Amino acid sequence: MTATTINSVHDLSQPQLQATFYDLNEHDHPEGGSTMLGFWIYLMSDCLIFAMLFAAYGVLGGSFAAGPGPKDLFELPLVALNTAMLLFSSITYGFAMLAMEKGGKGAVQLWLLVTAVFGIAFLSIEMYEFYHLIHEGATPMRSGFLTAFFSLVGTHGLHVTFGLVWLFTLVVQVGTKGLIPANKRRLMCLSLFWHFLDVVWIGVFTFVYLMGML
Amino acid sequence: MHPPESRLNPPGRPFGPSRFLNQRSFAALGLAGMLTAALSGCNTVVLDPAGDVARQQGDLVIVSVLLMLLIVIPVMAAVVIFAWKYRASNKDAKYEPDWDHSTQLELLIWTAPLLIIICLGAVTWTSTHLLDPYRTIGRIDHETAIAADAKPLEVEVVALDWKWLFIYPEQGIATVNELVVPTGRPLQFKITSSSVMNSFYVPAMAGQIYAMPGMETRLHAVMNKTGVFKGFSANYSGAGFSSMHFAAHSVDDAGFAKWVGDVKASGKQANTGQTADAPLPEAPAAMPLGGNLDRAAYLQLEKPSEKVPVIRFASVDPELYGAIVDMCVEPGKMCSSEMMAIDARGGLGKAGIRNVSMLEYDKNGRQAGTDATATPDAAVRKELAWVRALCRQIPGSAPDGTIKAPTDMRSLNGAGLAAPQSIGLGQEEARAPDSVSRPAHVSLISRN
Amino acid sequence: MAIEAVDHSHWSPLLGRLWLDALPQEPIVLATFVVVALGGVALVAALTYFKLWGYLWKEWFTSVDHKKIGIMYMVLGLIMFLRGFADAIMMRIQQSIAFNGNEGYLNAHHYDQIFTAHGVIMIFFVAMPFVTGLMNYIVPLQIGARDVSFPFLNNFSFWMTTAGAVLVMMSLFIGEFAQTGWLAYPPLSNLAYSPWVGVDYYIWALQIAGVGTLLSGVNLICTIVKMRAPGMTMMRMPIFTWTSLCTNILIVAAFPVLTAVMTMLSVDRYLGFNFFSNDFGGSPMMYVNLIWIWGHPEVYILILPLFGVFSEVTATFCGKRLFGYSSMVYATLVITILSYLVWLHHFFTMGSGASVNSFFGITTMVISIPTGAKLFNWLFTMYRARIRYELPMMWTVAFMLTFTIGGMTGVMLAIPPADFVLHNSLFLIAHFHNVIIGGVLFGIFAAINYWWPKAFGFKLNQFWGKVSFWLWVPGFWVAFTPLYILGFMGVTRRMRVFDDPSIQIYFVIAAFGAVMIAGGIGAMLVQFAVSIWKREELKDESGDPWQGRTLEWATSSPPPEYNFAFTPIVHDIDAWDDMKRCGVERPVTGFRPIHMPKSTGTGLILAGLSTALGFAMIWYIWWLAAASFVGIIGYAIFHTFNYKRDYHIPVETVEATEAARTRQLAAAGA
Repeated sequence: MTATTINSVHDLSQPQLQATFYDLNEHDHPEGGSTMLGFWIYLMSDCLIFAMLFAAYGVLGGSFAAGPGPKDLFELPLVALNTAMLLFSSITYGFAMLAMEKGGKGAVQLWLLVTAVFGIAFLSIEMYEFYHLIHEGATPMRSGFLTAFFSLVGTHGLHVTFGLVWLFTLVVQVGTKGLIPANKRRLMCLSLFWHFLDVVWIGVFTFVYLMGML
Repeated sequence: MHPPESRLNPPGRPFGPSRFLNQRSFAALGLAGMLTAALSGCNTVVLDPAGDVARQQGDLVIVSVLLMLLIVIPVMAAVVIFAWKYRASNKDAKYEPDWDHSTQLELLIWTAPLLIIICLGAVTWTSTHLLDPYRTIGRIDHETAIAADAKPLEVEVVALDWKWLFIYPEQGIATVNELVVPTGRPLQFKITSSSVMNSFYVPAMAGQIYAMPGMETRLHAVMNKTGVFKGFSANYSGAGFSSMHFAAHSVDDAGFAKWVGDVKASGKQANTGQTADAPLPEAPAAMPLGGNLDRAAYLQLEKPSEKVPVIRFASVDPELYGAIVDMCVEPGKMCSSEMMAIDARGGLGKAGIRNVSMLEYDKNGRQAGTDATATPDAAVRKELAWVRALCRQIPGSAPDGTIKAPTDMRSLNGAGLAAPQSIGLGQEEARAPDSVSRPAHVSLISRN
Repeated sequence: MAIEAVDHSHWSPLLGRLWLDALPQEPIVLATFVVVALGGVALVAALTYFKLWGYLWKEWFTSVDHKKIGIMYMVLGLIMFLRGFADAIMMRIQQSIAFNGNEGYLNAHHYDQIFTAHGVIMIFFVAMPFVTGLMNYIVPLQIGARDVSFPFLNNFSFWMTTAGAVLVMMSLFIGEFAQTGWLAYPPLSNLAYSPWVGVDYYIWALQIAGVGTLLSGVNLICTIVKMRAPGMTMMRMPIFTWTSLCTNILIVAAFPVLTAVMTMLSVDRYLGFNFFSNDFGGSPMMYVNLIWIWGHPEVYILILPLFGVFSEVTATFCGKRLFGYSSMVYATLVITILSYLVWLHHFFTMGSGASVNSFFGITTMVISIPTGAKLFNWLFTMYRARIRYELPMMWTVAFMLTFTIGGMTGVMLAIPPADFVLHNSLFLIAHFHNVIIGGVLFGIFAAINYWWPKAFGFKLNQFWGKVSFWLWVPGFWVAFTPLYILGFMGVTRRMRVFDDPSIQIYFVIAAFGAVMIAGGIGAMLVQFAVSIWKREELKDESGDPWQGRTLEWATSSPPPEYNFAFTPIVHDIDAWDDMKRCGVERPVTGFRPIHMPKSTGTGLILAGLSTALGFAMIWYIWWLAAASFVGIIGYAIFHTFNYKRDYHIPVETVEATEAARTRQLAAAGA
């Protein structure tokens, strides 16, 4: 490898050598070139946190400590409604992204707000479910199963909450700065985040609720 | 790691395999000598134990070292040789700045360790299975097989804060910080812990195994020599860990029978004088120890204490060890095996929700040092307050109407719940008030 | 000794459970506190007197320059190293005197904190900052980049790591640290058995530092994947960059597990959840599995970058291309993957079945194959070389000899039945110190001696470096050979007092070894001081004092803020060596303005708020916890409204800097 390099460049003049070994016409690198990759890697690491919580649920999911199990506690219709809310929010986020591609600032904001409404609905239903469970005495302290359940679902809920805070921030930022590249990048990241939470929820719905009830 | 001649032997340089071999054998000799010198002076019990299992484990240590030395010594020798020979000031040595690849060498450097690991892997696979602590031992020593009718001596081991309890179910006796076993008889240890993780280890006898609360681990071993050996916890377990050791006596059959007789006869706290610990004035003198080890005595014993002298119990509650593993020594507690049986059937449903204090084991900390909160009264009061506060929010009834707000204090101790007929939860629980409805599926539970 | 039952149940809304009983009670801690407090006051006074605060704030604390952040990581590592070593020598002294009924000078409460803190500090706040600092400083230079992918995040990561270290240091004087061992196994670490603040300090220090580590991992992966110089294909990356990439992949794939398991432990402690409780169906064994699923990759996170350092050092000082570059890369990748398949070997003794145990035993041994291949590659790099024994190369040879033994004892421990007799013994302690000191620390010393001239423009003093070397290497063996032997004698770890007087001599020898190591550390500090003092004599004008082979040596020492005025184009693995052979001269005209990130104080502010949050949570000061949490979220949002995070270095500045460099090179050449 070295030998060929040396031979081929041997007869070059110094300016030619410099052009071979240095990028003399460099332009500014577009800002944020690594952002999507970086965010994706972060999401995968977040995914591992959920993997741990799923694993914990797998281990503790049958430890009812002589208390209630999933069949005694979960209400599938409510969870189905909840799932629908989150799925709708993903679709509306998709519309926001389409609007972004078209450059419609107002439409982006509108769809973001619609997404937020569905997100808030999802959280409200989840909080109702938690309140109901705790009120019945099915607290996370009651058993290993409930500990794992509340932690897994609650962590997802916290992520959604964080996503909402971010979403509102972006609504304001799109409003003040418009659809500039930085904001577009942020919208893309939140999009990844939001759909990621959807995928995680599908896992929660399947492994926790459906498999617990069926 | 012999380099292929053609690649590595500079023509006309006296650097052949023979010279290499000399270096190596010299190094091997030196290392072996150093090891022997270093280790012969001290009592390396791990390499020279008194029990057959530990001996096989110690032999494995030696075998693995020898196998690895096959590659380690040449490598280390080569490092030294190359480091010296190719020093910058040695202008005679050949210099090839662009030599950076050799397929033969690459093959060698990957396959040589691979071959060693294949050998070692085979040794690992077989020895791990043969020396599995859960497996009953197949021989007394390398020449004596186990008699067909030999029944192992069973010892139940409980790691307490910070002492060891040994229960001999066959003999019906128990000791603290004193393990006595007959030489040449297979031993079966059942091991658990009362609070945190410990590790049961008598280096002269066999490798260690963890002692964990609510779980049972097993160890099979045999002692081949008589004598007094050290035993201890090999896993840090808190403030008193350092002095959590005991003397392990290996005695002949007659000696063992005599010792059992002595323990049965004495029934009082006794110091044998052979223990590793000198008795301390601070030892819990107020404890009603010695005599019979029943549940009450165990609950006293379980409280944290350090440097406890040898205690002997002339008799022991035969169900005590099972209850310790099941975390239900304390009256009114649900055993974890029962809990797991219930869980396997899908739990107790909402009816079991308030059934908390009968499941509580160590939420309040080590038994001592928490007197303020650990007394049942305080715990019950705390729980009652919590439940009442919850119930006040919907006056009149519990959320879904399946259970009424508690009116009977006993329900808060877990006694309010009807025991499934097939599970003998004890007399107290059987007298459950009728007012509590029982989920249908509970009656299906059986204890098998 | 009687069981001490100290009542720490006091709680007030304003201060939580923080009260006077949290102040140092033990005379040793009190004296340390006084010394540290006086030292701190003196430092603050000196900084104020010399008006250095503004300089520090502008040029260092808020800097997003990867080189400055790298140096700050190294300083953090060094400071914490002194603390961690103080713990070590206290343990060695205690263990060498606590015989024959002598309780030594440390009670259980103190001693148990010391060995826990020693482990936590050495792994999280010494080895990690050192490794991260090296990667931060070197990787962008080696790949011909001007900074990392996310410069602000880099600054934030550093301050989060520091925040964790600050919490650990606070625990020395306010309250207590965990008394659980460095991995805090439940049930011992549950609220029931560790009721006061020790474990909470542990959790929050690791949690906050973990955020920094994770983000820095993401950052460096992106940097390596996205910002390599043109022509630098994956198989032309310097080996140190390769090992850094693998390390950061390991970080990203392992640290979330630690975050998750620490969160589970905290909800158990704070809210009475049942992840790891004995009762209510919790599973303490699950913790042990989860923490080691993080913990085993962690040891490779530490060692891999140093394998890279040894590769660079060997090639440079042998004056030779690295033997078996691709074999080295594949070995690194194999280690990266295998490191996830061995975690159970840390608890063979927990009663898994024979088949499970042998599976994990054999996977563990298999790791020794690529590791062995690496060693052979270094060995054959030395073959037909011209080895210059500068300090980095001395450390490398010491590493090769020491680490081989450590690797061998590691494989011994990988055989389950052998592990049954050696697990948790001092043999184990000797083994992992053998690989961590012999591998990680020796590597860091090699790296410091190797890259110091790059970072500061002058070499390190050789005499004191050699004194340090010759105290450290024999000192290591004097300190740890007795521990190997004690392991064979069935002596277990974490013991505070002993009853068998015949083993005292081994502990005395080990303590003597520790004193030698202390001398080695002292000599190293002297080496730094003397070198700084005599920096004019040791000056390196060329920027390439060792005849280096990789791109970091292509620029000046210390490099300009923008690293390279023109991005180099790479045609070979040893890019700089290639350039030198081809006789290419650096361009001196045609400069352009250079696009760079702006400094920001956000990282420091957010980390400060995180420290407050951790402290508040540890002491149950709920109002402060809530306030600092809101503060973190609010300030982070506020930060996102700042869109102007970059600027251009004007072409005149670049021209001036490069002209100075031209003069410097001319002077050096003359």
